[in-house]
Amino acid sequence: MTTPATDLRSISELAPLVARGDVSPSDLVRRCLARIEARRELNVFITVMTGQALADADRAAREIAGGRHRGPLHGIPVSVKDLVDVAGTPTTAGSAVPPLHPATDAPIVRRLRDAGAIIIGKTNLHEFAFGTTTDETAFGIVHNPFDPARSAGGSSSGAAVALVEGMCYGAIGTDTGGSIRIPSAACGTVGLKATYAELPCDGIVPLSTTCDHVGPMTRSVTDARLMFEAMSGAPVGIVSGPRTFTFGVPTGHLVERLDREVREALDRVRATLEAHRHVVRDVDIQGSRITPDVYLYIVLPEASQYHAPLLASHATAYSPGVRLRLEVGGYLLAEDYVRALQLRKALTAAVEQALSGIDALLLPALSIPAPPLGSTTVEIDGSPEPVRAAMLRLTQLFNLTGHPAIAVPAGRTRAGLPIGMQLVGGRGQTTRLLSVAEAVEAQISGGAGSVGGGTG
Amino acid sequence: MNIEDWLRAACADADRRGLPELKPLLEALARSAANLRRADDAARETRQPGGPA
Repeated sequence: MTTPATDLRSISELAPLVARGDVSPSDLVRRCLARIEARRELNVFITVMTGQALADADRAAREIAGGRHRGPLHGIPVSVKDLVDVAGTPTTAGSAVPPLHPATDAPIVRRLRDAGAIIIGKTNLHEFAFGTTTDETAFGIVHNPFDPARSAGGSSSGAAVALVEGMCYGAIGTDTGGSIRIPSAACGTVGLKATYAELPCDGIVPLSTTCDHVGPMTRSVTDARLMFEAMSGAPVGIVSGPRTFTFGVPTGHLVERLDREVREALDRVRATLEAHRHVVRDVDIQGSRITPDVYLYIVLPEASQYHAPLLASHATAYSPGVRLRLEVGGYLLAEDYVRALQLRKALTAAVEQALSGIDALLLPALSIPAPPLGSTTVEIDGSPEPVRAAMLRLTQLFNLTGHPAIAVPAGRTRAGLPIGMQLVGGRGQTTRLLSVAEAVEAQISGGAGSVGGGTG
Repeated sequence: MNIEDWLRAACADADRRGLPELKPLLEALARSAANLRRADDAARETRQPGGPA
C-alpha cells in the first residue's frame, strides 16, 4: 500500500489565492509537471503539454495582474482524457490504431479554456473507453496509487490517478457505462456524469452515441460544480432550499451482490445520513435485472458502427480483447437492438418512478474495491463473478436512462482502498444533484476535498 | 430469426473469418438475447391492446 500525494488543495481553495496573486499559475503548472515526472511509472499521461501549459500560465498571470480575472478556473491546470480533441495534440483513445489529429478543441475543452483553465496534458484510458480496468491500453497499464498491483478502474483511470497524485486540479472524463464514476470510486475522487446531452460530446471519440456522457472529475463536489459550470458554458448557480433530503436506496438486483466492505460502507453512510436528519428509505427500480442485457445490445452495435472501418483497416492494432468486443457487435440482429431500445424506455420510466418523492438515489458507485490487475473474476459473497460485470453493475443503468449521477468518496476498506458512493438525481436536475452531493460529502467524507476516500 | 439459428450462423462466420475466440462472446450474447426477448414478451403482455392500424 502506498501513500499518494498530500498537497491536494481543491480548486475552490486555490481560486481566491490565484485571483489575489498569492499563487501563480506558473507555480501550479510546474508543481503538476513535477508530480507527473515523479510518478511516471503509474502511466497516467499519454501527452504532457509542457510548453503550451507554461505559456498559457504566463498569459493567465498577465491577465489576472491586468485585472482581467475570468473566474475560479483561471490559471488552474486541468487534464483531458485522451479521447477528447485538444487542438494540436493527437487523440489516441489509448490505442495503437493511428490517432486523430484535430485542428480544433472539442467544445468542452474550448469552454474550459474560455474560463481560463490551463490544459496540462492528456490522460491514459482503457482503449477506446471500452473497458473498466485500463489493462488494455497501448500506453501502459494505469496503476492504482493506493496499491499499484490493483486497477485504477476505467476507463477514465488516468484522470482519477492524476487528481490523487496532484498532477492536475480538475479533469475531464467520459462515461458510457460508468467510466467517470468507476475510477472515481476506485481512487477516491469525485466524478460527475451530468444528464444525457447536457454537455456536448462533439470532438470526442464515440463509444455508444446514445450512452456517451462527458463530465468533470475533481477532488471535491464544489470543484465538480465549478468545472460543470465552465463546461456548460453558462452559469448553473447553486440550488438553495432545505438542507435535509430524502434518499432512496435501491433494493434487489442492483445491491444484492456487494463486496462485504462496500455493503458495510453503504450501511454506514445510510446511518450517518439518518443521524443528520435526512430520510433514507428503500426503493424498487422495477425490471432493473434486465439492465446488463439491454446495455450490451445497445452499446455493442453502436460501438461497432463507429469502429467498422477502422477494424477493416487496422484490426491487429487493437488490443485483442477490445477488438473481439467490437467485432462481436457486428453480429447482433437489428430486431434485438430495437427490443433493447424499447426496454430502455421501460427502465427510464422505472428510474423516474423510483425517484418520485425523493431527492436522490443512494447506492455504491462500485460493488467491489479496486480489483487486482489482470484478474478476470472477483469473489462476492463466496461466489465468482466476472470483473467487468461487477464493475459496471451499479452505474450502467443511468447511462441507459440518462439520469445525472455523481460518485463521492465514502471511506476506505480495512486494506486502505477507497470506496465510493453514488447519488442519482432527476433528469435535467444536475445542479440540484450537485447541491445534494455537497451536503452528503460534508457528512460522509469528512468534508470537501477529501480525495482518496475521506475519513469515513 | 430464432436465437439458435442466429448463433449457429454467427459461429460459422467467426470460424470462416479465423476468429474462433468470438464464439464464447456470441454464446453470451445469445443468452442476453433470450433474456431480452423474454422481457419484451412480458412487456407486450402488460401493454394495452391496440396500436397503429
